Amino acid sequence: MADVPLTPRAYLQAQSRWTPVEIAFWLATLLPFWLLPDYLSLASQVAITALFALSLDILLGYAGVVSLGHAAFFGIGAYTAGLFSKFVWGAPLPGLLVAAIVSAASGFVVSLIVARFRHFTLIMLTLGIGLLMQEIANRAHWLTGGSDGLQGISINKVLGAFNFDLYGYTAYGYSLAVLFILFLCARRIVHSPFGLALRGIRENWTRMPAIGAPSRAHVRMAFTIAAAMAGIAGALLTQTTQSAALESISFGRSADVLVMLVLGGAGRLYGGLIGAAIFMVARDQFSGIAPQYWYFWIGLLLIGVVMFLPNGILGGLSALAARWRKS
Amino acid sequence: MEKVVTATPEIALSTRGLSKQFGSLAVTQDVTIDLPKGVRYALIGPNGAGKTTLINLITGMLKPDGGSILLGADDVTSLEPQQRVTRGLARTFQINTLFPSLNPLEAVTLAVAERRREAGEFWTSLSSHAESIEEAYGILARLKLGEVCYQPTRQLPYGRQRLLEIALALATRPKVLLLDEPAAGVPQEESGDIFEAVANLSNDLTLLFIEHDMHVVFRFASHIIVLVGGAIFTQGSPAEISADPRVREVYLGTRQHG
Repeated sequence: MADVPLTPRAYLQAQSRWTPVEIAFWLATLLPFWLLPDYLSLASQVAITALFALSLDILLGYAGVVSLGHAAFFGIGAYTAGLFSKFVWGAPLPGLLVAAIVSAASGFVVSLIVARFRHFTLIMLTLGIGLLMQEIANRAHWLTGGSDGLQGISINKVLGAFNFDLYGYTAYGYSLAVLFILFLCARRIVHSPFGLALRGIRENWTRMPAIGAPSRAHVRMAFTIAAAMAGIAGALLTQTTQSAALESISFGRSADVLVMLVLGGAGRLYGGLIGAAIFMVARDQFSGIAPQYWYFWIGLLLIGVVMFLPNGILGGLSALAARWRKS
Repeated sequence: MEKVVTATPEIALSTRGLSKQFGSLAVTQDVTIDLPKGVRYALIGPNGAGKTTLINLITGMLKPDGGSILLGADDVTSLEPQQRVTRGLARTFQINTLFPSLNPLEAVTLAVAERRREAGEFWTSLSSHAESIEEAYGILARLKLGEVCYQPTRQLPYGRQRLLEIALALATRPKVLLLDEPAAGVPQEESGDIFEAVANLSNDLTLLFIEHDMHVVFRFASHIIVLVGGAIFTQGSPAEISADPRVREVYLGTRQHG
């Protein structure tokens, strides 16, 4: 097949075709239901965190926009879902939708400022906005419960049929389904003309205006989409754990998701998913051994990956696969 | 061929009293030029004469301290760079300013999609934009980049990268194209290919190019503007410029013995 010269259109079509590895990956996400039924709550957390990492990948991996405050939108989604269930309606799917709308709107407002800047200024701006949101959530005790967490969340059955059970069957099934649907959206986005424009912004910010591209408008759109996805991830956490805490909007979460994405490999959709799985499982295992010091191992892993695998674990694996295919 | 010499030529691009200071250094001083439609003008001058600065001012990458820029009849002085591109003013860069990990097909398709205002579409698949892709491939094929269009830009030979610079500019369908040393860094035997490509561009296109090689300038330019110290020193036809003893003194002197 490689010997037949492709037409330009067929070439671009081939770029977005599903590969067997991808299909195997998604089938494997179903395995915990049978193989690890005791770990479904953890699996649900992995799926939620993977969605959060995927949202950052659109910004960082594709548009090259670094954010150190991405948890702001995760937290906005988490609290919105909690408050919506408390005061309006406990149905999960409408809760997700409302959380997506509120976090997308917040993302758009923030993007009006951040899309004007690059590099160090941008990193500091997103860090500042993240810290700001964290303190607002802390001070607004009357609304968020502050450091006590949001009280009175009650979530109905998913689609009126699946109760959130103690073992996490519903939690994982629900989180996984939402992750998969949003992954399909993200996949569509990165293989769209807009996705190509984002890669153009990442590759050369100076050239973009010279080909007539409104880069700032593109970045605003990317920021809004990423904020909506992060907000949905936050809402999932609130709904599956029936709680919303300050941790969901903290700087720690912003830093963690960046680490996951870099570990897994940014700019390849699956990097965030793999990174989230490694990070969450490592945290679960290491913190069982030494709860205070588990970041030591994550730190070590991060240093190793950025030094020896500049494109992350997935980048290293695909380079290995390419070499194997050649020989 | 048959041009009506009596009528005033239609002006594609003009600057009026353009000036720019970097600190106390005047890099552009009261530059007024007119580019009639369809001409090929060369912009020459010694190093540091402000040639690239002038292109940056015209394209909006720098804001002038004074003066104005007109594209056709429209004053574009206050427009953003990308808005000027949308109105038909494109440029290439002296130092490659490309998209290293994109391949030429992706890069030029992106430029075409931006022009056709399709690049904001995140819900459609790129491969469904058949017209944009075909147009991009057509441009690449014209510049003999067709057979390398699936290779990442960073892996392309330098000369091909210079051609891709031009391809990206052409994808915006410019009326006026500013070429900043299109053959910079290319071995002399290959620079002919690049200017060949430039020469084959449509006759409607108005060109202004910076070039140091005088043989190339005299071969391709219909008119030459000499810039010295940020100001227009003189301008005229290639014959007039090569005969001007003052130009020889400031610029050609050491190079034109032979």
